[in-house]
Amino acid sequence: MRLLTIVWAKEVLDNLRDRRTLLSSLIFGPLFGPILFVFMMNFMLNEATSDVDELLELPVSGQEHAPELIRWLGGNGVNVLDGPEDAREAVSRGDLSMVLVIPESIGEKLRAGQPAPLQLVVNNAKSRDRGDVRKARNLLRAYRNQLAASRLQARGISPMVLYPVVIDEVDVSTAVGRALVVLGMLTYFILFSMLMGGMYLAIDTTAGERERGSLEPLLTLPVPTGQLIMGKVAATCTFMLVALAITVTGFSISLNFLDLQALDMQANFGPGIALSVFAVMLPFTLFGAGMMTLVASFTRSYKEAQTYLTIVLLVPTLPIIFAAIFSLDPTFELMAVPSLSQHLLITAIMKGEALQTEWILVSAASTMLAGALFIWLASLFYRRESILG
Amino acid sequence: MIRAQGLSKAFGKIQAVDNLSFDAVDGKITALLGPNGAGKSTTLRMLYTVLKPDAGQALIDGADIQADLLAARRKLGVLPHSAGLYPHLTALENIRYYGRLSGLENAELEQRVSELSAVLDLGPIADRHAKGFSQGERTRVALARALVHRPKNLLLDEPTNGLDVMATRSLRKLLLQLKDQGHCILLSSHIMQEVAALADQIVIIAHGRVVADGTPEQILTRTGADDLESAFVDLIGAEDAG
Repeated sequence: MRLLTIVWAKEVLDNLRDRRTLLSSLIFGPLFGPILFVFMMNFMLNEATSDVDELLELPVSGQEHAPELIRWLGGNGVNVLDGPEDAREAVSRGDLSMVLVIPESIGEKLRAGQPAPLQLVVNNAKSRDRGDVRKARNLLRAYRNQLAASRLQARGISPMVLYPVVIDEVDVSTAVGRALVVLGMLTYFILFSMLMGGMYLAIDTTAGERERGSLEPLLTLPVPTGQLIMGKVAATCTFMLVALAITVTGFSISLNFLDLQALDMQANFGPGIALSVFAVMLPFTLFGAGMMTLVASFTRSYKEAQTYLTIVLLVPTLPIIFAAIFSLDPTFELMAVPSLSQHLLITAIMKGEALQTEWILVSAASTMLAGALFIWLASLFYRRESILG
Repeated sequence: MIRAQGLSKAFGKIQAVDNLSFDAVDGKITALLGPNGAGKSTTLRMLYTVLKPDAGQALIDGADIQADLLAARRKLGVLPHSAGLYPHLTALENIRYYGRLSGLENAELEQRVSELSAVLDLGPIADRHAKGFSQGERTRVALARALVHRPKNLLLDEPTNGLDVMATRSLRKLLLQLKDQGHCILLSSHIMQEVAALADQIVIIAHGRVVADGTPEQILTRTGADDLESAFVDLIGAEDAG
């Protein structure tokens, strides 16, 4: 234990003095998630709120051909503007998000009772305008239905024949549930910042040590390999823990800045939740540190280790994507999968669902067991002479 | 006292060290002399326990390097070929780290660190980070690090590599001092002048085997050469021809 502590203290001190490690481990990594989140959510908020109750501005070319339609649009919350000569050109250049083109023949076709063509010129590649386009399309559909109904009525048929089936969509998701779709990414960011927090230490204490030639003299000291590795992993864990604390604090602050109520969402991330999230994530430090130390041990240089670890950073996020695709619910068995179990537990915590004690225990035990296995494998590797290459 | 008995080590098909035996005794400087690739480093690395011999054994003051690994390590001070320091630690912190790992603490550690700092003239760089050290400064700190736990036996792999004249001279002086204090010093080199100036005993190695072992005088007598260099060339040449 004494030797382990000596190794730990040295590695922590050594890396605290490395500005590059400090910046990426304890600043960029942990704060990336909370800050990106604010931007993302803000964007979504703007999108959502701009949709509601805003006058739709619709440029219309050929207004003189269908004055009735223009009047109807005006009466249904559309600010009708003059359309350009060349509607396609204007939309594809991006001057206008869409243009309604009314052809000359419309009056004639309508009178004859034939389908009258209306052209809505849009650019579907621009997602920013999609809300407005959808609104315009719905309005034109409503106009069409109204015309059809009045024609039927003129012939003595009830317009109801047009609606043999009425589809009424009932959205039962709660405000919290909708928020979770977005907040589901939270676990990803937390995992990411933890791994980033420990990555440079995992590299520096293994591949870095090899690269600068300090490993060979170190291995001539009367220190059992196990203690050496555990001291190094402990240092990596320490940085991961600090990164975890920073990122969780960051999230609980940054989510307070957002007006989530406007989205009908309640971001449930008070100090109590933050503490629970921290506790659930705690065992993952051992897993992540063990995994990164093991992988970095096999590499010969800082650069090589960095390349491999960047791939390794993605591994724990795979189960989360899996969970999102198959919308998994927490079960006893799934608690045996590291990173997935943390994701499911955190999601449950934020939903305000009751957690079963066994779940938490199984999640912690399986995650730490896997971490211990990684550490054991790494120490086996360090006992082999090929470590010095 | 270091005793190598029938040490062998192969890397794949290459037999780097082949049934090699010699003794390095206390109070003497023993030099492993040989051309590049002769197996000097491999021999030293087996002796300082980072490589496992395929056959044979070695004793450090009676402690077997395989059966009694940690005990053997305690009796060893090692300056490997590439003795990297921790760039973000100061000279003294680098030394203290090794001291602590070797079991020194508090007052004892501090006393030893200041002793070494004086002997190796580390004063001017004591509290500077190792990042910007010159090769000579690095070697001095690495040597202090190797000596911090007062090992009886000192293994040095080409210690004067990359050192300028002044640094080489002061290292030589230090090794002679340590010898006079009764340490067993084993170093490897391919530089004849260095060996001639330092060694009490020379073990000449070629192709992983000992081709000559004795005092400089004994080696001269045996080969009938006028100087060590011709003796060396004779011995290595004979080995190559054979």
